[in-house]
Amino acid sequence: MKNQWKHPFSVVLSIVVLVCCAALILGREVRAAGEGKISGTVKLDGTAPHMKGIDMSKDPYCVKAHANDPAHLETYMVGANGGLENVVLYISDWSGAAQTSTTVPVFDQKNCMYTPHVLPLETGQTFKVTTSDATAHNIHPNPNPMTGNIPWNQSQPPGAPPIEKSWKAPEFIEVKCNIHPWMHGWHAVVKGPYATTDSNGNYTINNVPPGNYTVTAWQEAAGTQAQKVTVAAGAAATANFTFKAK
Amino acid sequence: MRRSFLKRSLLVGAVAALPLASWAQLTPYDFESRMGMESHIGKITGHAKDAKADYRRYCVSCHGELGDGNGESFPWVDPKPRDFQLGVFKCRSTPTGTLPLDEDLFDTIARGLDRSNMPQWSTFTKQERADLVAWIKHFSPRWVNEKPGTPIQIPPEPEVTAERIKAGRDVFARVQCWKCHGVEGKANGPSAATLTDDLGRPIAAFNFTEGARPKCGSTDRDLYKIFMTGLDGTPMPSFADNIKPDEAWDLVFYLKALEPQNSKEKALAKQLGLKPVDPNAPPPAAPQ
Repeated sequence: MKNQWKHPFSVVLSIVVLVCCAALILGREVRAAGEGKISGTVKLDGTAPHMKGIDMSKDPYCVKAHANDPAHLETYMVGANGGLENVVLYISDWSGAAQTSTTVPVFDQKNCMYTPHVLPLETGQTFKVTTSDATAHNIHPNPNPMTGNIPWNQSQPPGAPPIEKSWKAPEFIEVKCNIHPWMHGWHAVVKGPYATTDSNGNYTINNVPPGNYTVTAWQEAAGTQAQKVTVAAGAAATANFTFKAK
Repeated sequence: MRRSFLKRSLLVGAVAALPLASWAQLTPYDFESRMGMESHIGKITGHAKDAKADYRRYCVSCHGELGDGNGESFPWVDPKPRDFQLGVFKCRSTPTGTLPLDEDLFDTIARGLDRSNMPQWSTFTKQERADLVAWIKHFSPRWVNEKPGTPIQIPPEPEVTAERIKAGRDVFARVQCWKCHGVEGKANGPSAATLTDDLGRPIAAFNFTEGARPKCGSTDRDLYKIFMTGLDGTPMPSFADNIKPDEAWDLVFYLKALEPQNSKEKALAKQLGLKPVDPNAPPPAAPQ
């Protein structure tokens, strides 16, 4: 036991390791305290486009699921005061490290629709595809293989186990179900921190280190808009967006 | 320490992003850089550069100079020729979302694709076919950046029994093949009419009752592979997560009983007086 401490090398090594660990832990705390955020509201200017109803008569299960709540397209989800839902906000000139997010977001097939309609993800982030329905679905994301994201197509009959996947490259990927052709969702794969707007159009991107950034808002039909913001240490920057109704 | 780690990870990220950036647009220059592509079929090694003449003579009119399926016959051909630049293939022995084996492409060239303009190229020697496989691969950067998937394991084919055919019908009902293929396999399920491929073009479900050969082969093993790997680029998904290997053989036997050709399966199904599945029956619970 005593012999160990006679080796000056091991003593030095353990001190170095300890100091490094402490530096890492402290460093992280400092970083967390210094991080700011970007928040704001995304609105739609003008009359909200009419979202057509969906005829689900090809599958009686789906019809029954929407007996009291008629299904409609979700291309534009406009809330009170013109707040636009399902807009993805991300830092398009992000050059920092990947956010090691440990949360595994869920993309559920429920009542023959996708919940959420738009799933924001970071490159490499694991997500789960689940089904809550008593009818068979096939989940078929259709990315462009040239980006490095490879299309796949798997069945999920009632009671099927979840599918765990991730995407390699930033891309807005359309997801469909060939059995229910109205089912249409998005995997919005971006680099760095991200947020989506809630039903009032509000969003907050957390964990943004101080610096100058370009915030981009992406809406599946309206396209993208970008703004420059400066995030100060521990402060919140604001970026509001307005899309014009077509 | 922390900073250097950050720097290093940034550098690694930047290097990793380089090939992605270069995929933005493919030019003949990219193909030239992959002219050394090889294929390995058993003991045969195919060389892309040796297939240039054959491709230009036999394949280019549909598949195109750039392998993008945009040859001069493109407007007149349906189903449309495959775009080799995407590296997405129907007939694989590998899981959905992965590259096929060299053997898969080799077999597809010889087999041809039934009910399409792709004939059986049995006129080529094996060496020529292997060279063409290498040539097809040189069109997509995926073959440089990825390895083919691990082929699915297919257990030996069991003896056909009446119980197995009946069990196969239960699988057909549980995973709801009939949604597209119809309860009698006549490709008239409720979702058949709206099917489209990955490029948004209408596509038909396979009709089991008209005696046609499935595009990816008609042996029992081929049928097994079709639904356990899925036909990428089409609406046909992989059922690998939801059908156990043993059940998969049951389903193969049931599918054969739907076909018009005389077979042991068909005779047994007739003896059983097997009825088509009931689409309105509550879906059977998945086995735990």
